[in-house]
Amino acid sequence: MTATAEPAAGSRALDEVKIGGLGSSRPRVEDARFIRGRGNYVEDVTLPGMLHMEILRSPLAHARIKSIDTSAAWAIPGVKLVLTGEMAAQRNLAWMPTLSYDTQAVLATDKVRFQGQEVACVVAEDPYIAKDACDAIVVEYEALPPIVNPEQAVAPGAPLIRDDKSGQADNIAYQWEVGDKDGTDAAFAKADVVSKLRLHYPRSHPSPIENCGAVADFNNATGKLTVYMTSQAPHIVRAAVALIAELPEHLIRIISPDVGGGFGNKVPVYPGYVCAILCSILTAKPVKWIEDNTGNLSSTGFGRDMYLDSEMALTNDGKILAVRYHATTDQGAFFADAQPTKFKIGLVHSSFACYDVPVGHITAQGMYTNKAPGGVAYRCSFRVTEAMFFQERMIQAAADDLGMDQAEFRRRNLVRDDQFPYRTPFGFLTDSGQYLKCLQIGLDAIGYDDFLVEQAEARKQGRLLGIGISTMTEPLGAGNSREYDILGIKMFDSAELRVHPTGKAVLKIGAQTQGQGHETTFAQIVTHELGIPATDIVVEHGDTDHTPFGMGTYASRSTPVAGAATAMVARKIRAKARKLAAHLLEVSEEDVEWELGRFFVRGAESRGVTIQECAMAAYSNMPDGMEPGLENNAYYDPPNLTWPFACYIATVEVDPETGVWDVLRFVGVDDCGVRINPMIVEGQIMGGLTEAYAMSNMQFQTYDADGNLVGANYMDYLLPTAWETPGFELHEVVTPSPHHPIGAKGVGECAAVGGPAAYVNAVMNALRPTGVRNIDMPLLPDRVWHAAHTGQDVSGAPPFRTE
Amino acid sequence: MTATEPVVETDVPTRRISVTVNGERRVADVEPRLLLAHLLRQGLALTGTHVGCDTTNCGACTVLYDGTPVKSCTMLAVQADGHEVTTVEGLGTPSELDPVQEGFATEHGLQCGFCTPGMMLAARALLDRNPDPSEDEIRWGLSGNLCRCTGYQNIVKAVRWAAEKEAK
Repeated sequence: MTATAEPAAGSRALDEVKIGGLGSSRPRVEDARFIRGRGNYVEDVTLPGMLHMEILRSPLAHARIKSIDTSAAWAIPGVKLVLTGEMAAQRNLAWMPTLSYDTQAVLATDKVRFQGQEVACVVAEDPYIAKDACDAIVVEYEALPPIVNPEQAVAPGAPLIRDDKSGQADNIAYQWEVGDKDGTDAAFAKADVVSKLRLHYPRSHPSPIENCGAVADFNNATGKLTVYMTSQAPHIVRAAVALIAELPEHLIRIISPDVGGGFGNKVPVYPGYVCAILCSILTAKPVKWIEDNTGNLSSTGFGRDMYLDSEMALTNDGKILAVRYHATTDQGAFFADAQPTKFKIGLVHSSFACYDVPVGHITAQGMYTNKAPGGVAYRCSFRVTEAMFFQERMIQAAADDLGMDQAEFRRRNLVRDDQFPYRTPFGFLTDSGQYLKCLQIGLDAIGYDDFLVEQAEARKQGRLLGIGISTMTEPLGAGNSREYDILGIKMFDSAELRVHPTGKAVLKIGAQTQGQGHETTFAQIVTHELGIPATDIVVEHGDTDHTPFGMGTYASRSTPVAGAATAMVARKIRAKARKLAAHLLEVSEEDVEWELGRFFVRGAESRGVTIQECAMAAYSNMPDGMEPGLENNAYYDPPNLTWPFACYIATVEVDPETGVWDVLRFVGVDDCGVRINPMIVEGQIMGGLTEAYAMSNMQFQTYDADGNLVGANYMDYLLPTAWETPGFELHEVVTPSPHHPIGAKGVGECAAVGGPAAYVNAVMNALRPTGVRNIDMPLLPDRVWHAAHTGQDVSGAPPFRTE
Repeated sequence: MTATEPVVETDVPTRRISVTVNGERRVADVEPRLLLAHLLRQGLALTGTHVGCDTTNCGACTVLYDGTPVKSCTMLAVQADGHEVTTVEGLGTPSELDPVQEGFATEHGLQCGFCTPGMMLAARALLDRNPDPSEDEIRWGLSGNLCRCTGYQNIVKAVRWAAEKEAK
C-alpha cells in the first residue's frame, strides 16, 4: 500500500510518481488559471441583460416590524423590483427549511430576530442603484429585548424569540444525550480525583475571502433555472431548490464555478440565494447577488459558540475512568446547523475517541438567541472542533490536577496500536492509528525534555514560557449511509470516468472543490489505478447537469468518499480493459496480469498491451458481443468514517507586562493515511494551523448587550496576516485506513480542529504558576494580562465587556 | 459606465477619465463614486482583480498604481485619471510568466486562488523595491493582504523563489 513502491525487477510498469500518481507532489492544475487572474468565480459571471440585487438588513437584533415603505425605492430610476417578505409570502417563500429541520425567514415578515437579518431586497440595472434603493426603504421597528447568550435565553421572563413556531414555548432549540449515564456515575463514585473544567468556545466565522453570491437565471421560455452560486454542495442545493421553490428538479441546474474558499460557510442555502432565484423568476432576467463582507459575517453560517461544563474521573496513577459533560450551543435565531440528521450537536461525541476511556456520558442543549443563525461545520466534521478542544483542554487540566506531566498522562491513556479497531465510549469504531508513535515524534521534534529545563530556568528570571500539546483523532468522511444523512439523503458520493479512444480521460465527481485542488489530486487516484498519466486526465465538478449526484465537500469527506468512488470507478474501467487486453493478446483473461499502465501475459512479460491500447480497442476492436466504449460510474457508501490522528505541539512566551504571547515553535505530526499529493496535504495542514492560531489568538465574533455584532467586518473581526502567523514544522506518519480503497483518510480540517488546544494549552502552561485554570479564546492580551495579574479565570461569554 | 458598456439612464453626472491599464490607454465615462475595482472588473472586464472585504483589509483587490500597491476597492476610478494601473492580467507576458507567478505555482503559494492576484501584485511591488527580501521582510511586506487557505508559509517561499530566479 505504499504509494512509491519500486517496480519489481524486469517489470515494465510505469514509475507512478513520474506519471503523477499517488505520492506525487505534482504541481496543481488549477494554478495555471489562478495565477493569470483567469479563475471563474461567481462574481466573474456576467450574462446578457443581467440585473443586480442588494439586500436590506435589520439594524436591530430583536424587533417587531410595524411597516415597510418601499415607495421611495421604486421611484429611483433603474430599479426593477423591490421585494419584501410579504411579497415572498405570496409565493410561499417568506420562510424556508434549514438543514436541521427548523425554519428560517428568507425575508422577515413579523419580526427581525438578529442584527443583519434580511428584510427586503432590491433589483436594479446597476449594483450602485440597487444599494441606493435599499437605503431609500423605510422600515418602522418596535424594539424588543434582545437575548445574546444561553443563560439569558432560559432566564425567567425571557422573551420568546421563535413565536412563529407553533408549540415552541421556550427558547430551547433541541436537547440531546449520548452515552451511559449509570455506568459513568458508577465510575465517578470510584474516582480518586475528579477534574473539572468550564469554558466557552467562542463564536467564529469561516470568513472565506470570497463572500457568498449567485447569478440566478430563470428562462421563462424553457422553464429552466440555472444558478451560478458559491456552493460547496451543488447537488444538495438542487434538491433543496426543487423542494423549497417547488420547481421541477430536471429543470434546475446549479453551477458552482471556482469557489474562493468555503470552510463550511458555503454549505447551506441562505436567504440571498433564494431571493436571487425568486427575483429572476419575477423579472424573467438573470439576477446577480454579490454579498458584501458585512453581510457575509453578520448573516451566514458561523461556527462554534458552545459552552462546556465537564468532569473527568481519574485514578491517582493517571488512568481516565470516565468523562461526562454538558454542552450548550448558542444557535442564534434559527437552528440552521449543517449536520447529519441524527446528530443534533454534530459529532461532538467523537471526543475522547483517541483515549482508552471505558465509559462516558454527554448531555447537550441548543438555545435560540438574537444572533445570526448557523453553527456550520467551520473547517470541521460537525462540531468536532469543539469536541477536540474540550477534550484536550480537559486532558491538560486533568494532568495538572494529578500533578502529572502532560505528555506522560497522554501516554498512559492513548489507545494503543494493538487495540484497533477500537470502540469508543460513545459508540464510534476508530479504524487505525499509531498514536504513541506520533506523540513521540512530536516530543522529539520540539525537544520536550530540553524545553522543560529551559522553561524552569526562564521562570527563575520572571519569563513565562509554556508548552502545549494537543493529540486527537477526528471522524472524517461521512457517511456510512446507515448513520449519516442530510434531510434524508444518504451521505454517499460518486464518480464517473470516461476514457477516450486515445487513452485520455475525463473524470466527473460529485464533490466540489473550494480550493483544495481536486482537479489535481483526483486525477492522481485514476493514475494510481490505471497508469494513465495524470496530465492526460481532466477532472470536472460543480455542475449538476454534468456530474453525478454527490453530497459535496465539507467535513473532510472528499477524499474519503468521492476519492474512494474515484478509485472504484477506475477499477471497473480496469476490469473491462482486462477483457480487452485478453482479446488483443489472444489469451484467456485468467492469463493476463496487470502492472501499472499495462497488461501482460503471465510468464511472457514482454507480451503486453498498454491501457491506452485497450482504450483504443474499446472503440475500434472490441471482441464480439462486448459493449463498445470505456466508461463507467461508481457510487460509494463508505463502510466507516476514516480516523486520522494528529499531534500538535506549541511553545510560547507570554509577556507578563502586556499579556501578549508569541509562538516560539510549532510542530505538527499528522497521520492521515496514504497521502495522494504530499504538497497539497501539507498546504492544507498549514492553512488549518493558521486558522487554529487565529481562533486562539484573535479571531472571534461576540455581541454587546443590545445584540450588536462585534466582528461584522475585517476591521473588528481580526484575521492573522503573514506577519502574525507563526511558521510550522511538519512531520508525517502513515497508517493506511484499512477500509478505504487507497488507504487514505481525510485531512483538510485536522489542523484547524486539533490546533487551537495546542496554542491555548501552551499559554495556560506558561501561566500555571499563577493558578489560572482557564482563559476563554481568543487569548487576547487584555484577557491574558487580567488572568496573569489576578490569578482569576477569564470568561469570554457575551455580552462583550465594554468597560 | 465606460465606453465599452451602455450607460444606465440616470441623473448622475459622469466624468471622462483616461487610465493606462496594463500598458494600454483606456477611456471611460464614469460616475464620480465608481470604485476603481469596479471600473476594472465590470467596465474593463479585468475580473482577475477580486473584491473581498470593502474595508481595505483583505487586499484581494490590490493593484499597482504607478507601481505602488493600492487597494482598488478603496480608491475611486476618477483618482486613477492620468495614471498607470497594473492588474494581475498585466503580470508577465502572454508567452512568459512573471517570476512571481511561477513562484506561487512552484511553491504551492495558493489554494482557492481568490487572494492570489492581490498577493502576487503586492509581492511584485515588494521585489521591485527590495530584490532580496528576508523572510521577515516578506511577511511584513505582504501584511496588507489576507489569505485564509495557505498559512502564508508557502507564499513566503514563493516570493523567495521569485527573488532567487530574478537574481540569476
